Amino acid sequence: MITLLEARNIGKRFGGLQALSDVSLTIRKGEVYGLIGPNGAGKTTFFNVLTGAYTPDGGEFVFNGSELPSGKPHKVVGRGIARTFQNIRLFRDLTALENVMAGHHIRTRAGIWGVLTQNRFTREEERLTTERAYELLRYVGIERFADVVSKNLSYGDQRRLEIARALATEPQLLALDEPAAGMNATETGQLKQLIQQIRNDGITVMLIEHDVKLVMGLCDRVAVLDFGSKIAEDVPAVVQKDEAVIAAYLGGGKHAN
Amino acid sequence: MNELVAAVPWLGKRNPTAARWLIILVAIAAPFIAWQFGRSWVRILDFALLYMMLALGLNLVVGFAGLLDLGYIAFYAVGAYTFAFLASPHFDVHLPFWVILPLGAAFAALAGVMLGFPVLRLRGDYLAIVTLGFGEIVRIFMLNLNYPVNITNGPQGINMIDPINLFGWDLSRNIRIGEDFTIHSLFLYYYFFLAAVVASIIFIQRLQISRIGRAWAAMRDDELAAKAIGINTRDMKLLAFALGATFGGVAGALFGAFQGFVSPESFSLMESIAVLTMVVFGGMGNLAGAVVGAFVLALLPEILRDVAVPLQQTLFGHVLLDPEVLRMLLLSLAMILMMLLRPAGMIPARARYCHDHHLSHHLNNTPKREAAK
Amino acid sequence: METLIQQFINGLVIGSVYALIALGYTMVYGILGLINFAHGDVLMVGALVALQTMLFLMGMAPGMSPLVMLAIALAVAMVICMLLGFTMERLAYRRLRNAPRLAPLITAIGVSFLLQTLAMIIWGRNYHTFPQLISTTPLQPIPGVFVTPVQIAIVVVSALLMVGLLLLVNRTRIGRAMRATAENHRVASLMGVDTNAVIALTFVIGAALAAVAGVMFASNYGIAHYGMGFMPGLKAFTAAVLGGIGNLGGAMLGGVVLGLVESFGAGYIEHLTFGFLNSSYQDIFAFIILGLVLIFRPTGLLGERVSDRA
Repeated sequence: MITLLEARNIGKRFGGLQALSDVSLTIRKGEVYGLIGPNGAGKTTFFNVLTGAYTPDGGEFVFNGSELPSGKPHKVVGRGIARTFQNIRLFRDLTALENVMAGHHIRTRAGIWGVLTQNRFTREEERLTTERAYELLRYVGIERFADVVSKNLSYGDQRRLEIARALATEPQLLALDEPAAGMNATETGQLKQLIQQIRNDGITVMLIEHDVKLVMGLCDRVAVLDFGSKIAEDVPAVVQKDEAVIAAYLGGGKHAN
Repeated sequence: MNELVAAVPWLGKRNPTAARWLIILVAIAAPFIAWQFGRSWVRILDFALLYMMLALGLNLVVGFAGLLDLGYIAFYAVGAYTFAFLASPHFDVHLPFWVILPLGAAFAALAGVMLGFPVLRLRGDYLAIVTLGFGEIVRIFMLNLNYPVNITNGPQGINMIDPINLFGWDLSRNIRIGEDFTIHSLFLYYYFFLAAVVASIIFIQRLQISRIGRAWAAMRDDELAAKAIGINTRDMKLLAFALGATFGGVAGALFGAFQGFVSPESFSLMESIAVLTMVVFGGMGNLAGAVVGAFVLALLPEILRDVAVPLQQTLFGHVLLDPEVLRMLLLSLAMILMMLLRPAGMIPARARYCHDHHLSHHLNNTPKREAAK
Repeated sequence: METLIQQFINGLVIGSVYALIALGYTMVYGILGLINFAHGDVLMVGALVALQTMLFLMGMAPGMSPLVMLAIALAVAMVICMLLGFTMERLAYRRLRNAPRLAPLITAIGVSFLLQTLAMIIWGRNYHTFPQLISTTPLQPIPGVFVTPVQIAIVVVSALLMVGLLLLVNRTRIGRAMRATAENHRVASLMGVDTNAVIALTFVIGAALAAVAGVMFASNYGIAHYGMGFMPGLKAFTAAVLGGIGNLGGAMLGGVVLGLVESFGAGYIEHLTFGFLNSSYQDIFAFIILGLVLIFRPTGLLGERVSDRA
C-alpha cells in the first residue's frame, strides 16, 4: 500500500468564505478514490487547489514523496496529475485527435529548431504522438471520430474525449470532476468500466461524483466533504452508514437514479 | 500550402494539383504581368510581398496564439533601423547583408520577448492597449533620439541605405543579358522576396502541424484547459511574440534595404492597424488568410489610387478623396464589415494541427493496447 | 516654488479633461467589458463640429457675444456626438455583444479609424485654428504663477459635470438602472431594467462628456485636427485603468493624477535623465504608467468594477 498523494491540512478561503478548512486525506497507489459531499462542499475547490489553479492558504500536497508546487498548473501536470473539468473544457475548434495530441505536449520536447528543420527526432516524436493519440481514442471508444471537430461530438463522447486527453499527459493520478454528470444508466455503466480499466492499467483515479451508486460500486475508498471540512474517509460501506455523512446529505445531494 | 490551394476559387476543391500549379505559375509570372502596366506596379508587388511577410508574422501572434498585438509595426521598425544603422553612411558602417539580417531578426526577437514578458498575463483588451503603447513608444523614440546624441536622425530618417547584396550580387543593379535584354532590379527584388515569403510559409506550415502549433491553438481556445494539460502558457506566449517579432524584423530589414530610406513615418499606428486588417480580412489563424489578406489589401488601395483619381477628376472635376484617404477608408471599412458580417475572414479555412491521415489503416483489427506504459 | 504651483495648475487643467474622457471609457467598460477604442475620436468630432458651428455663427451673426457662440457650439457638438455614440453602439457594438473576445475590440479599432478618415475627408488634414472665445490672457493670482480664464473655465465646468454625473448615477432611478446593469445584465433585465436602453444611454452620456472635453482641449491649445483624439483618448484610458476601471470616482481621480504626473514629469524629465530625454517624450508617461499599473496593481487605485458577465 504505497501512498501516492497526501493532502495535509489544506485550507482555502475566498474573501469571507472558508471553502476548505484543514482537509487532510491520503490516496493510495492503484486505488479508485472518491470525493463526495453535498453541493458547495468544496470538492471542485479541492481539485483546483490540487492541480494548481488556486494557491492554498494553508497546508501542502505531497505527491510521490515530494511536495507539489502550488499555483502552477502546468508543473503539477508534469509531476503526473491530470484532471478533467466539471463542465467539460475541450478545445472546441480542434478535432478529437488534435485534442488528444495536445495532451501529449508535456511529454514531448521538439522545439523551434526541430520544427524548422523537421529533423528525425521531431518527425519521430510527431509520429509517436499521433500513434498514441489514436490508441487513446480507441481506448475510450471514440476512434471513429478522430477527425471530427470536438464541439460537434455528442455529450458523452466529449466526456470520453476529455478523459483521453488527460490520459495523454501520462499521469499517475487521474482526477475526474463529475465524469458521469448528465449521463444515463448505460453510459454510466460504460464509464464505470472505463475507469476500472484505467485503474487496472496502473493509473490511480480520484473522482468527484454525485452519483452515489456509481461511487459506492466503483471506489475503493471515499472521502466526504461538507462545508469545506472532511467528515469521513473510509471504504464505501462504512461511509454510507456514518451518521455525520447521512446528516450532511439529508436535505441535499442527489441519490442513485 | 494546402489551405492556400484549397482557397483558389472554383479550381481549389475540384483539382487541387491544378490549383497548386496555378498558384505557382501566377507567383512566378506576376511581375511580368505587372510590368505591362508600368514599372511602379512591380514595385507595388514587391511591397505586397513584404506586407505578406508582416501579415504572416502577425497572424502567428494574433491568429495562432490569440494575442492582440497592436504595436506590431514596432518590430518592423527595429529590423529596418537595424539595417539602416549597420549599412548606411549614417554611422558609416557597412556590414554585409547576411550579417545584418540575422542581427535584425535577433534584435526584433529580443524586443518581442521584452515586450512579451510584462504583458503576458494581461487580458485581451489590456494587452491590445499596452502593445499599442509599446508601438507608439518605439516610434516616439525613433522620432526624438536625435538629441542630445543623434542615433536615429529623428524625423528625417536615415537614407542612402545599402541595397541588398547577396555575396557580391547587388540586387539594385539591373542585369544586362546580351544586347537588348535587361532584368530590372525590381524583378530581382521580387523573386528574392518571393523566396523569403515561401520560406516563411513553409516554416509556419510546419509550426502549425507541430506540438507548438497545437499548444498555441489550445491556448487560444481555452487557456485554463491548456494549462490543465501541462502547457506552459507563459513560455508559449513569449515564443509567439518572439517569432512574430522575428518575422517583422526580417521584413523590416528587407524593407530598409529595398526602399533605401527609413523614417518614423513608415511605422505609425496606422501601419500596425493596416497589417491587422490584412490578417482579419483574410481570416485570422490560418495561413492562407494572411497571404490573401495581405495581397488584396496591399494591392487594392494602389489599384484604387490609379482608378479613383482620374475617375473623380472626370466626375467631379477635382479630387475629393485622395489616395491616402481612400486607403484608410478601405481599411477601416474592411475591418468593421469583416467583424460584423464575416468574422471568420474571407478564407475561413480551419487550420489543421496534425498531418493528414487516412483513418482506414488505423481502424484495422489492432488489439486493444494498455493505457499506461 | 512658483514653478511647482504652475505645473500643478497645468496638470490639474489637463487632468480635468482626461477625467472627463476617462469617464466615458470607464462607464462603457463597466457595463460591456469593452474598451471603446473610438471614444477618443468622439472627442475629435466634438471639437471639429464645434469649430464648424463657430465659423458658421461668426459668418452669420458676427455681433454675437463670444460666450453665447461658445455655448451654442458646445450644444451642437454635444448633440452630434450623442447621436454618434448612439449610432456606434447600435450599428457596430450591439451585434457583437456575445462575440468572441477579440471581435468587439477589433471592430472598435475599425470604427476609430473610420471616424478619423471621415474627419479627414470633411475637414482635411490641416491643423485648424480653434477660436479661443474665452480669454486666454493670463492672470497672475500669485506673482510668477499664470492662469488663464480658459483654464479656470475648464476646471470649473469639468468639476460641475463630474458632480452632475455622480448625482445622476447615485441618486436617480436611471442611475440605479445603470449600476444594476453594470453589475449583471441578465439579472438587471429580469428586474425590469431595459438593458439595451441603459447601454445606449451610457454611450450617449460618455459621448456628451467627450464632446465637452474636445471643446475644452481645443480651446486650451487653440488647435483642432482629425488626429487630435488619439493621444488624449489613450491617455484617458490609462487614467481610467489607473483609477480602477469601471469605477467612476476612479476615472476622475486617475485623470487628475495622470495630468499631474504628466505636467511634473515634463517639467523634470530633463533633470531626471541628465538631458537625454526632453519634454517631447512626455507622451510616454501615460504608457509607462499604464504598464506599471497593469503589472503591479491591475485593479487600479480605487479598485475595478466590472460586471459579472453571465
